[in-house]
Amino acid sequence: METLEITKEEKKLTSKTSTNVSGSVAVLEILVAEKVKTVFGYPGGAIMPIYDALYDYPDKIEHILTRHEQGSIHAAQGFARTSGEVGVVFATSGPGATNLVTGLADAMIDSTPLVCITGQVFAHLLGTDAFQETDVVNITTPVTKWNYQITDATEIPSVLTKAFYIARSGRPGPVLIDITKNAQIQKFDFEGYVPCKHVRSYRPKPNVRKVYIEEAAKLINEAKKPFVIFGQGVILGEAEKEFKEFIEKAGLPAAWTILGLSALPTDHPLNVGMLGMHGNYGPNVLTNDCDVLIAVGMRFDDRVTGRLDKYAKQAKIIHLDIDPSEIDKNVKTTVPVWGDCKETLPLLTDLLTRKSYPEWLAKFEEYKQKETEVCFNKDLRPSSEKLTMGEVMNLLNELTEGNAIIVSDVGQHQMVACRYGKFNQTRSNVTSGGLGTMGFGLPAAIGAKYGAPEREVIAVIGDGGFQMTLQELGTIMQNNVDVKIVILNNEFLGMVRQWQELFNERRYSFTDIQSPDFVALAGAYHIPGQKVLERNKLKNALKEMLDHDGAYLLEVMVGREHNVFPMVPQGCSVAEIRLS
Amino acid sequence: MNSKPTNMSNSAFPVSGKQEYTITVYTENQIGILNRISIIFSRRKINIHNLNTSPSEVPGIHRFNIVIEETEEVIKKLVRQIEKQVDVLKAYYNTNEEIIWQEMALYKVPTDIIVEKAKVERLLHQFGARVVAIRKDYTVFETTGHREETDKLIAALEPYSLIEFVRSARVAIIKESEGFHSKVKEFEKRQPGEEVIENEFLDKKEEVFTM
Repeated sequence: METLEITKEEKKLTSKTSTNVSGSVAVLEILVAEKVKTVFGYPGGAIMPIYDALYDYPDKIEHILTRHEQGSIHAAQGFARTSGEVGVVFATSGPGATNLVTGLADAMIDSTPLVCITGQVFAHLLGTDAFQETDVVNITTPVTKWNYQITDATEIPSVLTKAFYIARSGRPGPVLIDITKNAQIQKFDFEGYVPCKHVRSYRPKPNVRKVYIEEAAKLINEAKKPFVIFGQGVILGEAEKEFKEFIEKAGLPAAWTILGLSALPTDHPLNVGMLGMHGNYGPNVLTNDCDVLIAVGMRFDDRVTGRLDKYAKQAKIIHLDIDPSEIDKNVKTTVPVWGDCKETLPLLTDLLTRKSYPEWLAKFEEYKQKETEVCFNKDLRPSSEKLTMGEVMNLLNELTEGNAIIVSDVGQHQMVACRYGKFNQTRSNVTSGGLGTMGFGLPAAIGAKYGAPEREVIAVIGDGGFQMTLQELGTIMQNNVDVKIVILNNEFLGMVRQWQELFNERRYSFTDIQSPDFVALAGAYHIPGQKVLERNKLKNALKEMLDHDGAYLLEVMVGREHNVFPMVPQGCSVAEIRLS
Repeated sequence: MNSKPTNMSNSAFPVSGKQEYTITVYTENQIGILNRISIIFSRRKINIHNLNTSPSEVPGIHRFNIVIEETEEVIKKLVRQIEKQVDVLKAYYNTNEEIIWQEMALYKVPTDIIVEKAKVERLLHQFGARVVAIRKDYTVFETTGHREETDKLIAALEPYSLIEFVRSARVAIIKESEGFHSKVKEFEKRQPGEEVIENEFLDKKEEVFTM
């Protein structure tokens, strides 16, 4: 590996005498050296040598056997999101590896650090259509930050350490290492672990340019109506404190993307709510009213911006991002502040004038009042008998006091969970943002619990998404994973149904979905649970769930045709957000 | 190398016209990097006119020349996506005015017809062509130059039953480039100097930045 540049000092530091080990043992030794304690995976023919070696590592590496490789990778994603560490996955060749693809795409678009190790057929069989052979490296190229096929055991130490370095540095992302079976078996002289800290062709973060920090500060200081929008970059950069100081010093109202949620406590006075298609009223409308828009660690996703040519045209735009390719990708920037926001935010904060914008903040409050009248009241204090998703979330907040990790799946309930979820601390919201992967919730909740074992983990999942990965109830059973599962059941694929209602004249084409008896299903896995149909039983049921020691499934029947509002219809500007 | 002012209109949908650009990419010599680069184009349904990979002036570092027709807005985004790849050291884009470039073409014609009917000496002279093979049944000409030049020889040979034609990808030298040796040294440092950082034009005010 000529691209691995390691200084002599580092080699000295780890100058162990070499030992003759198999490639598989080297894989596990590198994992241990990289401080990996948890691996999610599923064995199979081509990865058997690694699993055989794993048998001797029970004290060092905890392996969680999922029920499907997709479950493994989503669990690893949940683990990475709550712990801030690299999630590690083992899967076999062929179908094992192809089952990872959805999770890789999800991790790629949501910048989640993963190292996936897949077994591959013997090197001499590559290209022969051998049993369980697929071209994994090429299949996964578009959905990995980096990938590599190892055919010789001597490559394992340098490639694996490089994989970890690439996965976690800069803008994080998934890395896949495919190891042929012969390399797993092959014995070689393992010279010990040498950390990777530099790759010649790879710049994890661009250098900070002072001139642009100064220009950004000038724009913010002169602004009358500044508005901050932030994303997961704040969390990935571990810059929550720096971010809070930044907005507090200059009194800047801040709204979040769904992956930025929980980077700033939801009850912070400057937290004005959620951006985007199902975000809050004020942050969307006022995006087109502010004079300086400061984007921090977010990528102007189309679900956030709505129609681009009507997005914040009146505003000067400052974009802080670690990934140079994000600048100007969707929205033209006035001042590009390239760099890690952990470094750029304090530099910027130093140059800001202490200020507050009472009138400007009052505008957000005004819109919040309108949203309360039309939306919140309908969601949280409904007049009908039917339960709403909003009131379930509201009661959950009340009971957890905003201290739980909420893992959501994808769809209506996800938007409700994010809109109403209360969070006091960072890394508390786990959801599939960019890819919108139904079925993400249950396995991600398992991983989230392993990533933050001391915290309460609540998975909020729809009846549709739950049925995509419900086999992971088996993983919960076997490992006694303490996750609480709330199924918000509207007996529909609700988000698509909502669109069909609004835009397709109620032609409910294949969105009417039947479900099994979820409580009985959980029972089959020895997971207790109950089903709630009435309002007066909801709070006690939630309490019972939270008080239960261990996994619990609570199914809540909610109104079949409730809609999520506000909504920015596709193709509309953020200012054209609808309240009903 | 490319320091044209950025169009400041606040639109993600450029209206300006397309033109031919040559992208130069310096990469590590890794299996799979060709795929990583080519899918950046195919994902966006952008056709690659031609692509050449070769060694560069620096041992161990590969050089790609990719020719596509697009707007500058799009090219800039593509180049940034290319440079984002872990095994890519640097990517540049240039208009035809900013590079010296050549393409080579081979033409196979029936020897009897060409000898009998064409004024071969004139062909060779007029089109700067060379004869690289003469057999009883066929003759192979070669010419090197810009697209128009190689196209002209096709037109001239067509009446004489052109059997086969092939043109190589473009190879291009950037006029202003000082080569990659010093850059590679910078890349090898933990703390590279200003030379290799991605935002190398950030200092130039009006230009905001380009790659």
